[in-house]
Amino acid sequence: MSAFADQVFLLARRSVVRTIRQPANVVFPLVFPMLLLAVNSGGLKAETRLPGFPTKSFVAFALAVPFIQGALFATMNAGTDLARDIQTGFLSRLSLTPMRGIAVLAGQLGGVVTMGVIQATVYLSVGLAVGVRPASGALGVLVLFGFALLVSLGFGALGAFAALRTGSGEAVQSIFPAFFVFLFISSMNIPRNLIAAGWFRDLATANPVSYLIECVRSLLITGWDGQALALGFGIAAAITVVALALASWALRVRMAR
Amino acid sequence: MSFAVARAVAWRTLHNVFTHPSLLIPSLIFPLFFFTAFAGGLSRVRDVPGFDFPLGYTAFQFAFVVLQSAAFGGVFTGFGIARDFESGFARRLMLAAPNRAGIVLGYGAAALIRWLFTVAVVTGVAFAVGMKVGGSGVDLFGLYALALLLNVAALLWASGVAMRLRTMQAGPVMQMPVFLTLFFAPVYVPLSLLKGWIHAVAVVNPLTRVLEAGRGFLAGSPTDVGAAFAAALALAALFSLWAVRGLRNAESAG
Repeated sequence: MSAFADQVFLLARRSVVRTIRQPANVVFPLVFPMLLLAVNSGGLKAETRLPGFPTKSFVAFALAVPFIQGALFATMNAGTDLARDIQTGFLSRLSLTPMRGIAVLAGQLGGVVTMGVIQATVYLSVGLAVGVRPASGALGVLVLFGFALLVSLGFGALGAFAALRTGSGEAVQSIFPAFFVFLFISSMNIPRNLIAAGWFRDLATANPVSYLIECVRSLLITGWDGQALALGFGIAAAITVVALALASWALRVRMAR
Repeated sequence: MSFAVARAVAWRTLHNVFTHPSLLIPSLIFPLFFFTAFAGGLSRVRDVPGFDFPLGYTAFQFAFVVLQSAAFGGVFTGFGIARDFESGFARRLMLAAPNRAGIVLGYGAAALIRWLFTVAVVTGVAFAVGMKVGGSGVDLFGLYALALLLNVAALLWASGVAMRLRTMQAGPVMQMPVFLTLFFAPVYVPLSLLKGWIHAVAVVNPLTRVLEAGRGFLAGSPTDVGAAFAAALALAALFSLWAVRGLRNAESAG
């Protein structure tokens, strides 16, 4: 168990260090969601004047989005880094060592989760700095971090699965727009009950990303909403379990000795 | 001789784009996707007190999407220029071309044709989902003319960056300022409904004039036309200097 923990720690540290050494991988996931938050919260502030809009602060409403967007970036980073390990032969060399395959995955995802928590800290700090006060209080902030951790793990595992199946960084990058579609066809910019176009409301309702966003949003602007939390955590846990199972299977195939 | 170079560069660029779905699809999908997400998802914004665009939210967003597709069409072509430099093709091209300004001209022509294809699809989709156009419909071409100038300006901006940095890693440098300038205009609501810092930024943003005039053309009641064309022409002129100096930079780098 100790050797396994060592292996995981070393690979997680490697994952974090090499992410930090590539400024684009650190700056882009931190800055881009904040820029989008600034643009949307400025441009869509008028939306708070619609009858039934749940808050007077559009920044508080929109602050949920960076948490999920940051997880999407984590997916890309995790997948691209792992794909690079495959392309450079690092994974093949690892498979010649006694290292357990699951340690490779756990180490890689440990790095992703660490970056996810750092991102969540930055997003929340920016939110607090511009006057957002989480309605669920300090305990809600802890739950928010737990959720960010779970979502990073789930999406990171999805990225790892894509990398292990394709073995190509370009292929992993090419699925990024698909994730963006899920983000935009959701309740990211307006509550689902206020979406006027029926077909769009149906798509947003069927889209699991809506519930991830609404889970974070409930902690920020509503307080304790059992249904939103159950749906958000349930979907995040389901994504994580399925993605981990797929990634583990793909890893076994990739590292067949 | 410049035109022979331009024709060859344009043909090669277009051939690459239209024979590689991975290059063609993003420039086609992104405007459609923004159109769907904004016109569909945010249509309730038309009910915000003070929203006064007469043709509805679909047409309101169509003007933005046309301009956005034009700007990003230019940027995506800039990615191709960076790729040509990274692969070494552009260096061989510069050795072979008697007049290197033709290279920029060729990329510009390719960007324009690529955007015309995109905007034809976007327009078809917009009419298919019931977008209304005010006036006689002829004014719509004023919107396309503004977008065309924006396409040229964005291509010149992106090519200037590509020829200075000569790597695909320059992608965010080309894309991010264009993205921000577009989104710091009144994208979701008319300028009069913006408040605070975003209003102050939008007022000085040259694309605000272009966007407001484009919406005016669409509504059949042109407004701020002179200022909009002046802003678009000024951007194109400014970035043509930027691109020419970028070309000189690439030449001196060997």
